[in-house]
Amino acid sequence: MSVIALVPIHTVPATQLEHLARGIREILHCETALLPRLEAAAAYEAARNQYNSTTLLAHLLPLRPPHSAKILGITELDLFIPILTYVFGEAQLSGAAAVVSSFRLRNELYGLPADPTRLRQRLLKEANHELGHTFGLIHCRNVNCVMHPSTYAEDIDLKAERFCEECWKEAFESVH
Amino acid sequence: METRDIGILIVDDERVVRASLYNWFKEDGYRVETAENAAEALKKLQATGYDIILLDIKMPGMDGLELQRRIREFDKNAIVIIITAYASVDTAVQALKEGAFDYVTKPIDPDDLTHLVRNAIHQRTLAAENVQLKRKIEELSQLEEIVGESPPMKKVLELVKTVAATDATVMILGESGTGKELIARAIHANSNRRYFPLVPVNCGAMAEGLLESDLFGHEKGAFTGAQYRRKGKLEMANGGTLFLDEVGNISMKTQMDLLRVIETKQFTRLGGEQVIKVDFRIVCATNKNLEQSVKEGAFREDLYYRLNVFTIPLPPLRERRADIPLLANHFVHKYALQMSKDIKSISTDAMELLKGFDWPGNVRELENAIERAMVVGSPPCIKAEDLPRQVNGQSQIPGGDTLADVEKAHIKKILERTGWNITRSAEILKIDRVTLYNKIEKFGLRT
Ligand SMILES: [Zn+2]
Ligand SMILES: [Zn+2]
Repeated sequence: MSVIALVPIHTVPATQLEHLARGIREILHCETALLPRLEAAAAYEAARNQYNSTTLLAHLLPLRPPHSAKILGITELDLFIPILTYVFGEAQLSGAAAVVSSFRLRNELYGLPADPTRLRQRLLKEANHELGHTFGLIHCRNVNCVMHPSTYAEDIDLKAERFCEECWKEAFESVH
Repeated sequence: METRDIGILIVDDERVVRASLYNWFKEDGYRVETAENAAEALKKLQATGYDIILLDIKMPGMDGLELQRRIREFDKNAIVIIITAYASVDTAVQALKEGAFDYVTKPIDPDDLTHLVRNAIHQRTLAAENVQLKRKIEELSQLEEIVGESPPMKKVLELVKTVAATDATVMILGESGTGKELIARAIHANSNRRYFPLVPVNCGAMAEGLLESDLFGHEKGAFTGAQYRRKGKLEMANGGTLFLDEVGNISMKTQMDLLRVIETKQFTRLGGEQVIKVDFRIVCATNKNLEQSVKEGAFREDLYYRLNVFTIPLPPLRERRADIPLLANHFVHKYALQMSKDIKSISTDAMELLKGFDWPGNVRELENAIERAMVVGSPPCIKAEDLPRQVNGQSQIPGGDTLADVEKAHIKKILERTGWNITRSAEILKIDRVTLYNKIEKFGLRT
């Protein structure tokens, strides 16, 4: 059975990490291992007051324990890739590392009352989505599938936490 | 088209930009390649074709404008999207004049990029002229099967063919159930906008505030219950056709807002400030006499003239009875497949009844009648007794053989047959409308 290593970046509430780990284990049918915290200063870009997610992926990769299949960084910081204004997360397609941020998944950012349950669900979906990319999956047309792309935070609420049958078969049938 | 069939070439001298965009498009499943300068781009273009080229306008060596010209020499249909910094928007405008599809400024909003590429793909598909022609023929023949062959309908199809390829606003006039949406779809399917969406809006079915936010969209917090930003139908119809059904029911306030969008081609979401530019064609439909509404002051005259550019009147089914057998058989076939029932035809008696009925609810009512008959009937064919009571004339009011009873029953039957159209019923009964009203009152008849 494969293991996915989880790395909190900067600060992440313990309850959020636990919930995420449980969800990943349940949906990906795998084990999770919690690694020590990673600082993010190297990825900070002062001009944008955001963190470069590609730099974070580069810092995550060497931390991956030899026995684990993938490494996932989790953060509350605002992520970007150079050409885009922001990203919810980033992954190496068919690679080993992925990162997700809860920053733009929070209701508060859109002037709405905080909703911790919804936030946890969104984070789990985006984590599974980015991990899906590391398992070689591209975006899926099935609107219920977790691999369906989401442009707005509220779009994430529309899809399930799980992979559609087709995506599941393609990425995991051979692994498990 | 599957995304993997679409080739995207990214030309940018900055490695991080190339890498970011490469990954972004790879996750969408596109075939993506990158080039760091014009020379490499041209080499790759020679080796294989690309549908979309994302081009940084400012690069060392050959500049983006020059490269764009060279790209067009290879493939004049290639879609070029310019990437620019805010500082060089002027150059981007020049690029647009020379045929670039659009431009984006760095850093790009993920939402904008997604839409831009989607629109570009539509545009690219549009260029595939032969595919287009094939679809055109297919869709028109499909339409003919569904709406009929009578001279009045042939006239309608002629009008559809005439107006479809123009960008003119079309107003479809017809009673309910005559298939106005079908005609709107036919216009859209045969227009140059067919690879963009046709977005139907039922203006009659929504409360004023709802219709407004349905059309214009809203920002989060625009009103109670607006928890999230939502795009409106106007935005969704960008590039395509907006079908406004029951347009006569729009409130004065929304009429004014709509007029402004039609005139300026831009609007803002409810509770928002960002000006959104839109480009769509309007096809609208109404079963009301809008001219009358204008006279009564219930419909803006200026909006009326904006909408009433080209009119397609749809005749009611009773004015094209020749189409009834064709339509009825079409629905028999449709429901036989759907219900896996071995009913293939309609008995002569039943067909005579169908042809003689007035169909106040038009094609939709005919379809409902056939659907019902398919449920209650048994193979091999639909018989008179399978038809609804108002069609097979068994709608008798029980109790009484007096002349008054018979008169009451007969009036009720005619009223049902015409869908309580008083003028039409009076014509059939050969009495004037006042007399008919008095009789309705006297017999206590109700819809
Ligand atoms: Zn993705
Ligand atoms: Zn899927």
